[in-house]
This record gives sequence, structure tokens and C-alpha cells, in this order.
Amino acid sequence: MALLEVDNLRVEFPTRRGTLVAVDDVSFAIDEGEVLGVVGESGAGKSLTGTAIIGLLEPPGRVAGGEIRLEGKRIDKLPPDQMRRIRGAKIGAIFQDPLTSLNPLYRIGTQIVETVLTHTDLTPTKARMRALELLKEVGIPAAEHRIDHYPHQLSGGMRQRVVIALALCANPRLIIADEPTTALDVSIQAQILALLRRLGRDHGTAVMLVTHDMGVIAETAHRVAVMYAGRIAEIGAVRQVVGRPRHPYTVGLMGSIPAVGRDQERLTQIDGAMPRLTDIPRGCAFNPRCPHAFDRCFADRPDPIAMADGKVACWRFDQAEAAAEVGHA
Amino acid sequence: MAAFIVRRLIQATLVMLVVALIAFLLFNYVGDPINNMVGQDTSAVEREQLREQLGLNDPFYIQFGRFVEHILEGNFGRSYRQSRPVEDMIADYLPATLELAVVSAMMALVFGVAMGVYTALKRYSAFSQVLMTVSLIGVSLPTFLIGIILIQIFAVELHWLPPQGRVGGEDDLVHIGWWTTGLLSWEGWRRIILPAITLGLFQMTLIMRLVRAEMLEVLRTDFIKFARARGLSDRSVHFGHALKNTLVPVITITGLQFGTIIAFAIITERVFNWPGVGQMFLDAVIHVDIPVMAAYLVLIAMVFVVVNLVVDILYFVVDPRLRVERSTTGH
Repeated sequence: MALLEVDNLRVEFPTRRGTLVAVDDVSFAIDEGEVLGVVGESGAGKSLTGTAIIGLLEPPGRVAGGEIRLEGKRIDKLPPDQMRRIRGAKIGAIFQDPLTSLNPLYRIGTQIVETVLTHTDLTPTKARMRALELLKEVGIPAAEHRIDHYPHQLSGGMRQRVVIALALCANPRLIIADEPTTALDVSIQAQILALLRRLGRDHGTAVMLVTHDMGVIAETAHRVAVMYAGRIAEIGAVRQVVGRPRHPYTVGLMGSIPAVGRDQERLTQIDGAMPRLTDIPRGCAFNPRCPHAFDRCFADRPDPIAMADGKVACWRFDQAEAAAEVGHA
Repeated sequence: MAAFIVRRLIQATLVMLVVALIAFLLFNYVGDPINNMVGQDTSAVEREQLREQLGLNDPFYIQFGRFVEHILEGNFGRSYRQSRPVEDMIADYLPATLELAVVSAMMALVFGVAMGVYTALKRYSAFSQVLMTVSLIGVSLPTFLIGIILIQIFAVELHWLPPQGRVGGEDDLVHIGWWTTGLLSWEGWRRIILPAITLGLFQMTLIMRLVRAEMLEVLRTDFIKFARARGLSDRSVHFGHALKNTLVPVITITGLQFGTIIAFAIITERVFNWPGVGQMFLDAVIHVDIPVMAAYLVLIAMVFVVVNLVVDILYFVVDPRLRVERSTTGH
């Protein structure tokens, strides 16, 4: 049994002009100690998937279908108070901007102690010792000194470490990291990613790493899910998806990444833009931009098709189509 | 921080000097002070003697210097009408105004913040909508009208509360040094309720709307989302994290409004026949009692300056970002 299982998750936003489906029929699983990268453009639904898992969708957004199971137990229908106990305790979350994730009016030690006290039975003195341990664990130098600092006295990288320390307070089984390095310098970025990887190795913590940066995924994740217009386009092992992408969208994404040492005249780019949620085309959402689109892509929506080492939501990989193509040839 | 306070003190002193100058000009150039002091049958020679004796023939800056010196000594001159020291009159009237102002400011703050938080957290509830609508009335009705309506309802129709005055009898007033307080007796509290509501209603609705807007703003921030993601309880998120971040603007407005409350007390005091400095000032205006008017001017200016200074210092208490860094930041 995987640590986290998401089945056919659907997130809707009712609006005056009809219901927007921001996340549609998304399924994946994360094992203990595994880093799953979720990649996609802005608006692909990757952050919302993470937000839905921790139960913090902003109303009127809501989980309209599917199941989310943590350690085999459903958590998507829990009453708010029980869900709150899971947040922070079993699932930690890290958000994009460390500069704004910390309350500017409280010392970082106070914020960590507060979180520790919420999830454990420790005394305040013990909680402070735990806070010190956490700060050391995430690599904050002179933690004894830093613990009494206010967020504005720390650099961006330091603040993101504090944010990670806060997410780790109660030894969660899963950490959802939403663009944890986007706001940071490249050198700091590498350190933070290394820290996340180490968590999986040392504590068996699973990480769902949401990012738009394929480079970050390739460096950090074990498996990767590529999202497009609210759906999963392709999911599989990093080596597979990055090395031999199948979905035309993933192929396009890979073509747009500059690689040192690769003999490449120029970067390719995917023509057009991701459709808005209000006008997702019939059939495959990627069909307007797909160089390989054929009749069926404009008629039916492809569900993820299981392959040897992953899944691809593309009709070109349907058994019947594959057979037909072979027949043509 | 010390440097900041010193700078603010210098500014405050400058402001007070300018106000003193205005008060002084009022004193000396609105009408003839001698005319105001002596009877019609005083001879020109006597007038000139008095003028010389009072130093009114000295150059302008010497007179102004003397005026400031007197103010610093707490000497505001003698009232033309009551012919007793103005500072004694202020000592008589000020406690009533300050008690009214403090009670109504406290009421505005406590209820305003509570209602602001409530309407922000339960945005779509029916009660929130009612509060928001009623608050519009509070913002738009003039003070005297609110006072008269309250008297009509609670004093005239229902007979629940007395319509006017600070005390029922001398027994209700307790003397502590020169300070007299009505807040140590039940009757005193009964009498302060209506004027305090009248005076504080506008401020209460203002604070409520401000707290609501600030709360909604803060609740959208990343650190609130992150606080929720950490599994903190709603109470801790709302009051520990969100409310504290709304405090800076609330302190500013409350502070400034406290000055306004004292200044606007004139109308409320009139409506409820409350024996405060506002009434004293109105009497002074009617009888052209210039020293009293000048003293009132200086007094109100001082309240504003002191409140502003306190507000500035409170910023430092609330927001650590404004304090001097104890160490430099580094990667």
C-alpha cells in the first residue's frame, strides 16, 4: 500500500458562468521515502492538487470527486477539526515564497515552538529544545542564536529552511512542497533540494514536489507526473519521462530545456498556450498544440494508458491505435 | 529607537510652539485684553498703567516668551468671566471629559475590534450583513442626533438611564487629589453609558470596518495559509496570527480618533449636559473668555501630540521590523 493514494481527484470552482474544473480525474500514488515531482505550466492544476490533499482549498473551490487516502485511510471527507490534526502532524506543507510564509511579528523560535506544542505533548522547555534540533537539522548555522531572530533578520534561503523546519515539527509522513525553490538563488536552490532528498532517505518521508522547473524534477524526484490543463498527461519514473518522454507535451517540455553539452542548434518551443479553464477543447486538451493530433484526439478525451513503466494520456499509445498504426505501416 | 523618539519629541515641541503662538495671537489680538478686564469707567491713564503692568507694551517676542513660560509653569492666566485661574477651571472640568473619552474609546475599541473580527471571519452570515448595514448608519448619523435619539429611547421612553449630567448628587463623585471621578459609583456608570455610546459610536463603526478590511487582507496572506498548513487551531490562526497583524493600522486610527473623541466631546457634552472641558470651551466662546479658549486650544493640541507619540512608540512594540536590527542578515 502506498503512503498517499489519490484516485480520480476532481477539483471544481463554481462560478457565475458555470463550473470550472481545475483538476480533473487525477490519480497517482506516492510511496514512503519517495519524491514525486509534479510538473506543469501555471494553471495546470498542480498546486491545487497539493492544496486539495491538505484540505486547504479556498472556498468556493472544492473536491468534487475522487478519493484521497493517507496510509489507507480516506482524508478527503474528514471534518475540518480532524483534518487540521493531520495537517502539520502527518502532512507537512511548504509554500513557494519563504519571504511571506512566516509571520513577520513572531520570532522564528516562537513559531516553531507553537507548532510543536500543537502536535505533541511536550512541555514548552522541551518544545524549545526540539525547535533547536529542527533548526540544526535543516542546516541553520548558529541555531541557538538564530532561534530568537525575527523572519526579516534572515535571508531567503534561511527562511525557507525555517519553513521546512516548521513543516517537519511533528515528523510528518508526507511533505507537499509547492515550488519550494522558485524564489531562491540557484545555489541556495540546490541546498534546499538536497535537504528535501535527505529527508526521504533518513526518515522515509515522502515528498510531493510541485514545480514548473523540469531541471529541479530531474535532479530531485524519483518519479514525475506531468500535468496539463488539470489532467495528468504522463506519469512515470524520472529516467523514463525525462529521458524518453512519450506524451507530445512532455516531448515539447523537454525540447524547451537547454542542456549543456548537447549539440543543439536552438531550443524548440511548444506553439500556442495552455487553454484556459473556461474553454478547454473537446477531446484531448492538448490537441490544438499537438503536432501528432489525429481524428480521435479531437473527439474523445484520452485516459492515462498504462505502459510498462508509467502511464500516458495520449491516443497514440492506445493498443488499438498502435495496432492500427502497425497495420498502416 | 532612542534617536527616533528624540526626533519625535523635537517635532512635538515644534508643534506645541506653533499652537502656543496661535493661542498667544488669539489672546493678544482678538479684542483688547484691557477692555476685557476693566470696567467702562476706567480712565485712559489707569488703562495705560495696567497695560504697562501686564507687559503688553513689551515687544512681541518678549510677550510670547513670557506666554510660553507661563504655560510651562501651568499658568494659563485668569478667566475673564469667572475671574479665577484657568488652570483651576481645567482641573475642575478635565476629569469629566477624560473619563467620558476613555470610556467611549475603550468601548469603541473593544466592540469595534470584536465586531470587525466577527464580520471578517463570518463574512457571509446574516448577522455580519446586519452589522455592516447598521455600521453605515453609525458612520453617517451626526453625533447630536444619535445623542438625542438615545435620550428619547432610553431615558424618556424606557426610563432605563438618566438623560443628562455626570452625577446624581455629590456622593456619586469621589475625589482623588484634584481628580474627581464618577466611575467609582453605580450612578456614575449609569450616567456615562449614553454619552459614551454617543461619542464612541462613530469610532466604533470606523474601527469595525477597518479591522474587517485588514483582517480580510491578512487572511489572504501566505503566512496565514502556512499557519493553517502547520495545523494550528483556527483560534490561534485568527487571533494569534491574523489579528496581531492588523494591529498597526488599528493603533494608528484609534490613537488619532482618541484626539478626535476629546475634541468632539464638545457636542456630546452639550447634548448630555456633561460638565467637561467642551462645555467650558463653549461657555468661553459665548462670553469671549479668551484665556479659557487659548488654554483649551493648547490642551487639545497637547492631547493630539501625546497620543501621536504614544502611537509611534506602540508601532515599535508591535512590529519587530521597525526595531533596530540586533544583527545583520546574511546568507
